[in-house]
Amino acid sequence: MPVFSYIAIPKSGAKKELCSDLAALSFCEVIPADNQDVIVLVTDTPDENTEKELQKTMKELQSLQALSLAFGYDDKEKIGN
Amino acid sequence: MKLNRRHFIKCAAAGSAIATAGALFPGISFGNWQKLQNNSGMIDWQKAPCRFCGTGCGVLIGVSDGRAVAVKGDPNCSVNKGLCCMKGYHSVQALYGSDRLTKAQVRKNGTMVDVPIQEALDIIAKKIKETRDKHGKDSVAIYGSGQWTIPDGYVASKLFKGCLGTNNVEANARLCMASAVTGFMTSFGIDEPMGCYEDIDHANVFITWGNNMAEMHPVLFSRMLANRKRRTNVTIIDFATRLTRTSQAADKSILFKPQTDLAVANAICHEIIKNGWVNSNFINEHVSFHKGKTNIGYGTEDHFAFTDKAEPISFDDFKLFLDDYTPEKVERISGVSAQDIKYMAALYGDPSVKVTSFWCMGMNQHTRGTWINNLVYNIHLLTGKISTPGNSPFSLTGQPSACGTVREVGTLTHALPHGVVMNEHDRQMAAEIWDVPVSNIDPKPTYHTVEMFRALDRGDIKFIWIQVTNPMVTMPNLKRYRDGALKEDRFVVVSDVYPTPTTDVADVILPAAMWVEQEGMFGNSERRTQHFAQILEPPGEAMSDTWQIIEVARRLGFEKQFPWSQEEYIEKIWEEYRRFHAGPKHEMAPYTVLNERSGVQWPFVNGKETRWRFNPKYDPACSNGKEFHFYGKKDNRAWIWARPYEPAAESPDNEYNFWLNTGRVIEHWHTGSMTRRVPVLHNAVPSSYVELHPEDAADLGVVNGEMVKIISRRGEITMPAQINGRGVPVRGMVFVPFFDESYLINEVTLDAFCPISKQPDYKKCAVKLEKA
Repeated sequence: MPVFSYIAIPKSGAKKELCSDLAALSFCEVIPADNQDVIVLVTDTPDENTEKELQKTMKELQSLQALSLAFGYDDKEKIGN
Repeated sequence: MKLNRRHFIKCAAAGSAIATAGALFPGISFGNWQKLQNNSGMIDWQKAPCRFCGTGCGVLIGVSDGRAVAVKGDPNCSVNKGLCCMKGYHSVQALYGSDRLTKAQVRKNGTMVDVPIQEALDIIAKKIKETRDKHGKDSVAIYGSGQWTIPDGYVASKLFKGCLGTNNVEANARLCMASAVTGFMTSFGIDEPMGCYEDIDHANVFITWGNNMAEMHPVLFSRMLANRKRRTNVTIIDFATRLTRTSQAADKSILFKPQTDLAVANAICHEIIKNGWVNSNFINEHVSFHKGKTNIGYGTEDHFAFTDKAEPISFDDFKLFLDDYTPEKVERISGVSAQDIKYMAALYGDPSVKVTSFWCMGMNQHTRGTWINNLVYNIHLLTGKISTPGNSPFSLTGQPSACGTVREVGTLTHALPHGVVMNEHDRQMAAEIWDVPVSNIDPKPTYHTVEMFRALDRGDIKFIWIQVTNPMVTMPNLKRYRDGALKEDRFVVVSDVYPTPTTDVADVILPAAMWVEQEGMFGNSERRTQHFAQILEPPGEAMSDTWQIIEVARRLGFEKQFPWSQEEYIEKIWEEYRRFHAGPKHEMAPYTVLNERSGVQWPFVNGKETRWRFNPKYDPACSNGKEFHFYGKKDNRAWIWARPYEPAAESPDNEYNFWLNTGRVIEHWHTGSMTRRVPVLHNAVPSSYVELHPEDAADLGVVNGEMVKIISRRGEITMPAQINGRGVPVRGMVFVPFFDESYLINEVTLDAFCPISKQPDYKKCAVKLEKA
């Protein structure tokens, strides 16, 4: 059950569109900055496969310029350790 | 608060990304983010206006697990720009007092018993019908307040005036804002301030007329102080009858004897004319001169009636009238030195200085309240210092929707949502929008507030429904009106959120939804309409005041006039109400716009708010092609009035030798029924007190905290003394805050009122003191 957070940068002028695109995806929570074209994205998926699918979908979004990982956590890894 | 492990990890994830963004993008802000996280769990933030005073600060309310847990100022709201006062920051705690009313109660055999709210609503409808059938349409009444939301007041007016055919609709704004309304109407022919809070950022001189803004409007006062600090040419003058926190912060404090503000205002005009400081071009183009009746009485007797009559006069007549008000003559009446009068006149008269005058209850709760409003407008009109940024005569309000609900919806006996009942065209408009026969709307006003409670005492009114206010604390000469409400065949319904002295006299109590437990709108002092969504569920069976009225209206057979569903009723009511104000003078924003923004100022025309009225640079209603257009009056001019000084209804004499002045403190709002349930505020000022001048206290032989008996011709009260506290009255005056229901100071006050506005004077009556 991975939890990740990212800093998402929209393409020029596409912040609102990127917020809508990300908010429309399951397992995503969108936190737009008030005063800059930057979005914080938190994902909370039920398993690794869903997570991979989600990441693939996100990277295909036309409104997305760049996505940088800020935080990652996975219950499975914790148990394995 | 529930916080599971998963939730915690998500908070950490979001916090980590926000911190990273903060490092990468200097100055980045997530303050507007609706789903903010902190280390106590997920908090959902939603906008609302503050619940308390008329400033209309925008707040963001943080909700977690269905409970309001945090408040912060709304940075998007231009009123307060992210700041709040202590009441605002603690406002959500007022929702959670342990004795919150959650069930309806009905008096059975002398005892209040819980009943389902639907049963209570049945009883109310049945009682209204029975009372009307037996005693006539004007035997039932509704009494609300400036705490009514706009939809609350609108449906109250529609039911009582449109459907039941009685003008027995009043609100406690009569006790706090009526003189401001009649001041605007007589001087400009249209209500509410021409300026806005942005005036504070432009003015060089602020004069507070009997207005302790430091405690009553602290966010606006702090904006004044910030301007004084930032700009080098800002002066604050406090013109008052007692020393307050405002006096302490002001550059100059000028004290006057109660009621003599009338004389001082005239003396300022005298000086302006004498020294050639009149803005002649402005006067010639935009002003006409009038006089009204004099020796107009005080309304202390039942059935008191007065109608003013305006007569045109010339500028020379006005100048002649002011001969009685030389600074030297007025010094003897007012106690204000001629030098200080000339100093204030020079500030108003200096064309290079922008002056904003602020006032609130000191000028409105005044037996010549309409007159003193007129007189301050006179000063601004003579000098042309009006309707431009920084030049502003500004009447502030005390309640969150005194303007939005009572003044704009018109929940006063003579008023309609547009215009007055006496006007045939206005009645026709109301009848058409309300879908009722025009004959339903009675062309004759009935009772203003004081007379309404006198009618209840006399038995002319048998049924009264009181919503969102606490008249059994606030009515002057209170004992008479409490005894009246308790009489055998009177039926009193009270809708409120907590038990109060008013619920004590009720036959039915309805638990009301409070503030953001319902959707609604308020309207603040600067013509700003502020929408709030329902953010929380009301407790138990508590129901919005609007919906309570709709439920009763339907039981009375008015389903056609009140057809809305609970999901959409606020939007539907707003869009219906908005039809009354169509046009450039008062156009209101559509529901969708209100929903999006932290308040919208009317007139809202072609998507633009109006900041300064009567000035064509800002106001689309101006159409005369000139620099200003005072379109409220038929002569398209603002009116200067010759109004004399007349004494108070009751002044100290040899027996009752002190003035009694009443008011508020910063920690508590109004009668304290909400703020006294907030532990932080209650503990700060747990009870009321009587402020005395130190020398009067010494003469009386009392020290701080000792009990003093205050005796008037109406009643007496014993309470602790406060000497050299935050406020210091002059010798011969005492001051008592009215927030504490344990000390009902209004049993001592006098029910004299301004004959034009019918607003009582809570600032002046005569008392004597004894050491208890």
